[in-house]
Amino acid sequence: MSGNGAAAASDSLRLGNHVLSSRLIVGTGKYDSFESMRQSLALSGTDCITVAVRRERLYDERGQNILDAIDLARYILLPNTAGCYNAADAVRVARMGREILLSLENPGADWVKLEVLGDAKTLLPDPIELLVATEQLVSEGFQVLCYTSDDPVIARRLKKAGATAVMPAGSPIGSGQGVLNPNNIRIILEYLKDGDPDYPVIVDAGVGTASDVAIAMELGVDGVLLNTGIAHARDPLGMARAMKAACEAGRLAHLAGRIPKRLYATASSPEEGVIATRPYFNPGEKR
Amino acid sequence: MNLLVNGKLRDVPAPMTVHRLLEWLELPTRGIAVEVNEQIVPRPRHVEHELSEGDRLEIMSLVGGG
Repeated sequence: MSGNGAAAASDSLRLGNHVLSSRLIVGTGKYDSFESMRQSLALSGTDCITVAVRRERLYDERGQNILDAIDLARYILLPNTAGCYNAADAVRVARMGREILLSLENPGADWVKLEVLGDAKTLLPDPIELLVATEQLVSEGFQVLCYTSDDPVIARRLKKAGATAVMPAGSPIGSGQGVLNPNNIRIILEYLKDGDPDYPVIVDAGVGTASDVAIAMELGVDGVLLNTGIAHARDPLGMARAMKAACEAGRLAHLAGRIPKRLYATASSPEEGVIATRPYFNPGEKR
Repeated sequence: MNLLVNGKLRDVPAPMTVHRLLEWLELPTRGIAVEVNEQIVPRPRHVEHELSEGDRLEIMSLVGGG
């Protein structure tokens, strides 16, 4: 999987043993059809997609198998533990995800997007169960990517427990509110990358539109994980393209180093050689 | 014998291994995971793992998700 266009081929995202050329990770849920999913994933430019693990449903109501719409050679699959409310269930589901991917010979068999929920309405994570599950899965050799809240204290604990990546939510899953608390994301970046600048921090959940992705990338996160923002857009294919561009734009802007925000103006054109006169002067200005 | 498979009681012929159960259920071995009594039975052990009366099985596959 080679790099593309504007984002330099060397600006790849290293997540544990895996190297991704796109900094977008995209979910496979909630699409109107597998075909819409297939095209959206392709247009997003992602090379890593999340999947869920459920009681056998190889063929859906239309008799189709999701795996027929997923090119296993093109994408690394990242199984999630969505729907789990305690560590024991999440650990079981993670093991199931690994077993399934081993049978498919997809390189994603060693990693898991760990979700341990604390509440069905907000889908906020349960930080205590999440930590317990992280420790257990790390000890079983998993590369654990933790979906967590934007609490820097929990984020630090998860890293210390051996998480391969910490993935704070921008806002609740599927809520489309974008990054509600950029300050906490900034603090998480500062704490987790202290002395370890390549430690991956990925905004996961709540992305609603392209600018949310750009904002996250400009803050300095290493990647963005999203699903509903594309799948439920009026035009998922169009939004997939937008998300791809926004991710690249935000990353380039972050690397380029933005100007500071100032209270007052600084003119873009020179002051000398002006022929005009000025009727008004500000306090303290030379006339 | 009676097995609990994905939450449903099933009456299957005995003896039965995991491998033969998948055949009996017309399921492929690729793209699924089998858990018996909360322990994963890895694919290489499907042919030898004998099932017992009252075993609780979960047979899982991938679906779309975020």
